[in-house]
Amino acid sequence: MIAVLDYGSGNVRAFLNAYERLKVPCMAARSADDVAKADRLILPGVGAFDTALRQFEDSGMRKPVEKRVLEERIPLLGVCVGMQMLANSSDEGIRSGLGWVPGVVRHLPAEASSRKLHLPHMGWNQIEVFGSNGFLDNLPNGGRFYFLHSYFFDAFEDKAVIARCQYGEVFPCAVRRNNIYAVQFHPEKSHDDGMKLLENFSNLPN
Amino acid sequence: MLQPRIIPCLLVRQRGLQKTVKFQDAKYVGDPVNAVKIFNEKRADELVLLDIDATKNGLEPDYQMIANVAAECRMPLCYGGGIRSVAQATRIFALGVEKVALSSAAIQEPMLLRSIADEVGNQSVVVVLDVRKKKLWGGHEVCTHNGTKNTGRSPGELIDLFQEHGVGEIVINSIDRDGTLAGYDLDLVESIVGKVSVPLTILGGAGSHEHIRELFSRFGLVGAAAGSLFVFKGKYKAVLISYPGSAEKQTLFQQ
Repeated sequence: MIAVLDYGSGNVRAFLNAYERLKVPCMAARSADDVAKADRLILPGVGAFDTALRQFEDSGMRKPVEKRVLEERIPLLGVCVGMQMLANSSDEGIRSGLGWVPGVVRHLPAEASSRKLHLPHMGWNQIEVFGSNGFLDNLPNGGRFYFLHSYFFDAFEDKAVIARCQYGEVFPCAVRRNNIYAVQFHPEKSHDDGMKLLENFSNLPN
Repeated sequence: MLQPRIIPCLLVRQRGLQKTVKFQDAKYVGDPVNAVKIFNEKRADELVLLDIDATKNGLEPDYQMIANVAAECRMPLCYGGGIRSVAQATRIFALGVEKVALSSAAIQEPMLLRSIADEVGNQSVVVVLDVRKKKLWGGHEVCTHNGTKNTGRSPGELIDLFQEHGVGEIVINSIDRDGTLAGYDLDLVESIVGKVSVPLTILGGAGSHEHIRELFSRFGLVGAAAGSLFVFKGKYKAVLISYPGSAEKQTLFQQ
């Protein structure tokens, strides 16, 4: 059973719909009991870094999720601000991040080669995948995803970066550390490649 | 590389999908949920759903209708119509919507944009400006309430104001071109494009894929939104939902 952490941020419904179409059991998790039932977790998130972290703390699910992910090592997928929350800190806020993937969240540059860039980075962009890991494999369009963000995850370790994307500057758009996976884009709203990624996540070895 | 977005814009009234000409003569074109299902199959980039009665009639957003559409929508969804508070906006997000669009409420109370952005992030806060050509003195002015009220303010002035207050995307909707299929008002775009530092989407007038290509070729990374183009076919306006396929889309991006 996949559980989407429903702590008040992010489009939980879209993940449930996607897995319903894939015929993969999936539920919204709102309590420690729900978290205990899952064999993999999705951490969605939109909006401000501090707000999302506060909501996650207030939900009472942080501790149980920590136990499942850091001790029992079940797969976790962070999405958008859910990815950023995994970092140590963010230029956007003052709270400490979860620190589960070493890195810091930075603002995208507002210009590149003296050309002004519109921010947020909004729309469909192509990603470049490094290596094969079962997670970003066999994407029908080679990695075409919907982005909607102004901040990105700057990983401390190069080996954590499993895909990158370019908007002005090249930035990491997918990271992995052991059983923890995270993407900046929105697979739940990215048609075929998004569905494939969510399917891949459901098939990762436990 | 980031690609320009091509966005069907669906107008709803009393839960039916409608299409107007110059904001009038609304014609019923079907059920919004069915339309969304077809745009899913066609892999549309995004969808915009606007309730054209909510503000004009002082109604609450129709949460059940929004939930029905959002549950079906496999692409990013923007909803606009009747939003006047942070509570309404957050309730709409919880239904599975990625962006909310404001118009008259943002003009009356620009601080509202910042308050919503603080909750959900500025990337999800959109302002739609319904713009009409001035009859006498040239230039354009922004209208609200379905084109029935003039604000007396220029699009450029409001763009500056909204960017100061944390808007994440601006949609410029030409009332004069709405439903005419005569092409986008490129002069209007030219007059504001330099001011805009957030993503910009143009709506009103697209009648062919060539119009979209022209918009991209001239202005680069802007969103091209359209209603009639994607819901009607032929000069008698038979209802038929369409959207460019992926190969055809690539040709629209060529300079």
